[in-house]
Amino acid sequence: MYLEYRVDGGDFQASGQAAAGIKRTLRQIGIDAEVARRAAIVTYEAEMNIAIHAYLGTISIEILPERIIIQADDEGPGIADIPAAMQVGYSTATEDIREMGFGAGLGLPNMRRYSDEFEIESQVGVGTSVRAVIILPAKEGN
Amino acid sequence: MTQLFHSVLLIEEKCRGCTRCIRNCPTEAIRVRGGKARINVERCIDCGECIRTCDNHAKTAVTDPLSKLEEFDYTIALPAPSLYAQFGKETDRRKILASLIDMGFNDVFEVAYGADIATFLTLEYLKNPNCKFPAISAACPAVVRLIQVRFPSLIDHLIPVESPMACAGKLAKEKTSERLGIPEDKIGTFFITPCPAKVTWVREANSRGTFFVDGAISMFDAYGEIMKRLLTIPPPYPQLKASPDGVGWGRTGGERIASKIKNSLVVDGIHNVINVLEEVEMGRLDDVEFLEAQACVGGCIGGALTVLNPFIGKMNLESVVDKSKDRSEPPEDFVKEFRLKERLDEFIMKLDIMAVPAFRLDQDVSRAIIKAEMIEKVVNELPGLDCGSCGSPHCRALAEDIVQGLAVDTDCILKLREEIEILAEQLLEMAKKSPSALKRDDNSGESGE
Repeated sequence: MYLEYRVDGGDFQASGQAAAGIKRTLRQIGIDAEVARRAAIVTYEAEMNIAIHAYLGTISIEILPERIIIQADDEGPGIADIPAAMQVGYSTATEDIREMGFGAGLGLPNMRRYSDEFEIESQVGVGTSVRAVIILPAKEGN
Repeated sequence: MTQLFHSVLLIEEKCRGCTRCIRNCPTEAIRVRGGKARINVERCIDCGECIRTCDNHAKTAVTDPLSKLEEFDYTIALPAPSLYAQFGKETDRRKILASLIDMGFNDVFEVAYGADIATFLTLEYLKNPNCKFPAISAACPAVVRLIQVRFPSLIDHLIPVESPMACAGKLAKEKTSERLGIPEDKIGTFFITPCPAKVTWVREANSRGTFFVDGAISMFDAYGEIMKRLLTIPPPYPQLKASPDGVGWGRTGGERIASKIKNSLVVDGIHNVINVLEEVEMGRLDDVEFLEAQACVGGCIGGALTVLNPFIGKMNLESVVDKSKDRSEPPEDFVKEFRLKERLDEFIMKLDIMAVPAFRLDQDVSRAIIKAEMIEKVVNELPGLDCGSCGSPHCRALAEDIVQGLAVDTDCILKLREEIEILAEQLLEMAKKSPSALKRDDNSGESGE
């Protein structure tokens, strides 16, 4: 199944809805709780990244019996130094965003940490695309 | 795995089929069907939220009657700390205990004393370097059940030590059996409960062969009996054992104060608890050591079976706590007395806490995905007013019910109106069409030339 959420840059009130949505859906599907938790964290970090850094973005989530694919595409400033952005603690978030308790430099590292496959592409001045895959454990009897 | 017994029950005759309860239920466990509320037993966590919100008093909690005392040779009351909050600020705690004995119990054992023991056990457990942060108190059974139903990934964050109630029951039986030579199964321990979730917990434990506590008596029922006696009850009064900290467990923050864990988070009210657990699940509170979560606003003094408003109760309880601080006797050395250090294993929770997949759409993942997809489609066709008139708590829940075959789209009154409108238009259209035989159209009858 396919779910899509729009995320507006700077909208911290609505961000989190994709994570809440996927959590609810995965609970209904009966996905292992720990796996569902990882998918929700990845989704949440993707949402927050768009809200913090970009102007506009989409989170699309595909749920298949054997894996979950979380794709985040945004129109935004892009990332100049991807290897640096992948390091824990590295952040380009502004002071006021940090004051709100975000922008600790954990977003991308967390997304990679909690996913089984992780790809990122970015073009400065255009935007960023992130694709994270979470493999579902095979159920006994299948 | 399905829990069969629930303390929270519906009184059919009183239910008017209004939708107040369905919207307040934290696990979306209630539907109104056929003009009556129906509680889904898998989802219900016995928090008592529906008891509080029902204006018709159609929700109730099943507790044990006082007559159950007769089943035992010797009975011990286990008063919850919140009981002390139900009487005036100036009430002497010993008189409350003496009243309990006068109303038919042979002895009392303060659950506040059990709380002192639970505090000790909690701190011992937290020494374990493998415990997951935040470690979540398992003292509130509604919160434990909530975690089983809605946050199964947090089950291993729960601190698996017996609750103050269970500690009190276990030690009361042991001590009495030793002292009087009565076998433990002839000794009945009765919790004086502020909430339905504890009643369910007691029954659950009993059904699995653990009898630290044999019954739960509603605080409502005990209240009247105590009130009758409180002013006139003569000495001797039972000796007080619980510390001020133990008594303080009756209100939110009591566990934090008693354990003296500075790096802790305290939350009460089931909807607030859900919000905090969402944060925990997302890994954003991993640096917090201890989480005290109480389903009721105010903590146990806000339980659905308490008499007083929780804020007034808090004032009273604070006064009882303060007065216990004035006592001159040295604090009890319960660790030594009960040899707790040597028997920590005995106080690990006997109930297996397992995930309850009450929200799963289908046993089969592929089929569940198809159903989830259908839900997204149906929810988009619903008005999104979340009015609850259909008997489901909100439009998305109705969509789920429709896909599960438990409701139809015309249960939505707006949907129904739409369909009636279409039907009415068709009727009007048809009404305009007179049968050919009656038509007086200029062209008619002349067409066959």
